[in-house]
Amino acid sequence: MSDSITLKSNNKDLWGGGVEPFKASYGKLMMWFFLISDAFTFSAFLIAYAVIRLKHPAYEGTLSDFTFSQTYWPVPEKVFEAFPFFHGVELPLVFVGLMTFILILSSVTMVLAVEAGHRMDRKGVEKWMLWTIVGGFTFLGCQAWEWSHFIHGTDLGSRLLDGSIIYGANLQLNQYGPPDFAAFFFFITGFHGFHVFSGVALNFLIFYQTTVGIYEKRGHYEMVEKVGLYWHFVDLVWVFVFTFFYLI
Amino acid sequence: MLEPENSFVTPKPADKSKIWKIWKVAIILGVVTAAEFYVALQFPESWKEFKLLLFIGMTFIKAGYIVGEFMHLAHEKKTLMWTILLPTVFVIWLLGAMVIQADAIYQAIYS
Repeated sequence: MSDSITLKSNNKDLWGGGVEPFKASYGKLMMWFFLISDAFTFSAFLIAYAVIRLKHPAYEGTLSDFTFSQTYWPVPEKVFEAFPFFHGVELPLVFVGLMTFILILSSVTMVLAVEAGHRMDRKGVEKWMLWTIVGGFTFLGCQAWEWSHFIHGTDLGSRLLDGSIIYGANLQLNQYGPPDFAAFFFFITGFHGFHVFSGVALNFLIFYQTTVGIYEKRGHYEMVEKVGLYWHFVDLVWVFVFTFFYLI
Repeated sequence: MLEPENSFVTPKPADKSKIWKIWKVAIILGVVTAAEFYVALQFPESWKEFKLLLFIGMTFIKAGYIVGEFMHLAHEKKTLMWTILLPTVFVIWLLGAMVIQADAIYQAIYS
């Protein structure tokens, strides 16, 4: 006991409760550790996706001849090629690309909010938090449309081996490929979408507390940074989902 | 209650170079995403492995900028940086192990 007390007084970098060895506050550190655990969860999802995809046969022919079938894993750019108000036009990955840009932009406005917070600029924090919330809602809206389209399916649907035609997707069966394909779509994008939703809720809380002057009274805007970390993480996860679910 | 309009805090002026740096990272992220599109839709179908490599490379460039600049990890203490980055080694190990496992399952079913 007495040893540790002597050590503490000798070396300022050692943890004794009074100093911050990482030069980061308790709250920020815990946010980082939470994000690491969340990263493991998402990694588990994406790795499980890889395993299930690799245990199914891949589509061998050329892209122009591609048809939906239960016997092989679909090519993602042939599944995700719809765009609102462009019914029947093949626009592979354009909509999901738009969603990616929206999420990146809302990450940028979040950094700008944090920057304004460092300068104690309440009006700036309010403005950029509001843009971040708008970006988050827009992304959620896009995802709702994408889910709706995925669930309802294409005009022609896809013929099963017994001759019946199936449209869209549910957790048992889907027109695009093996049942696991739709299951992973729902679970991965759904889990990410839930994170976006939580992020928007947190962003709104921060925005509200800024407008009533809580952080100004407190003397710092560190809460904006902490929630900012979470929001960037949501963007980071989407970068990986975009590559490993949609592009490959 | 708190009166938001009676603020006595004068914000410090914005540092233009700092804001420009944020937008520069944003532009890089946008350009890399656009490049991913180009590779996905314009490169020949037969370059499967090469495309896969490009996608993974570009994803990690984007991830690096988001974590390093936006989340500020590159400018934190090095001990904090490694505390966050090193555990992700386990993810790579899991990925490797499970891909081998998946191949074994495929072989057992289809060959």
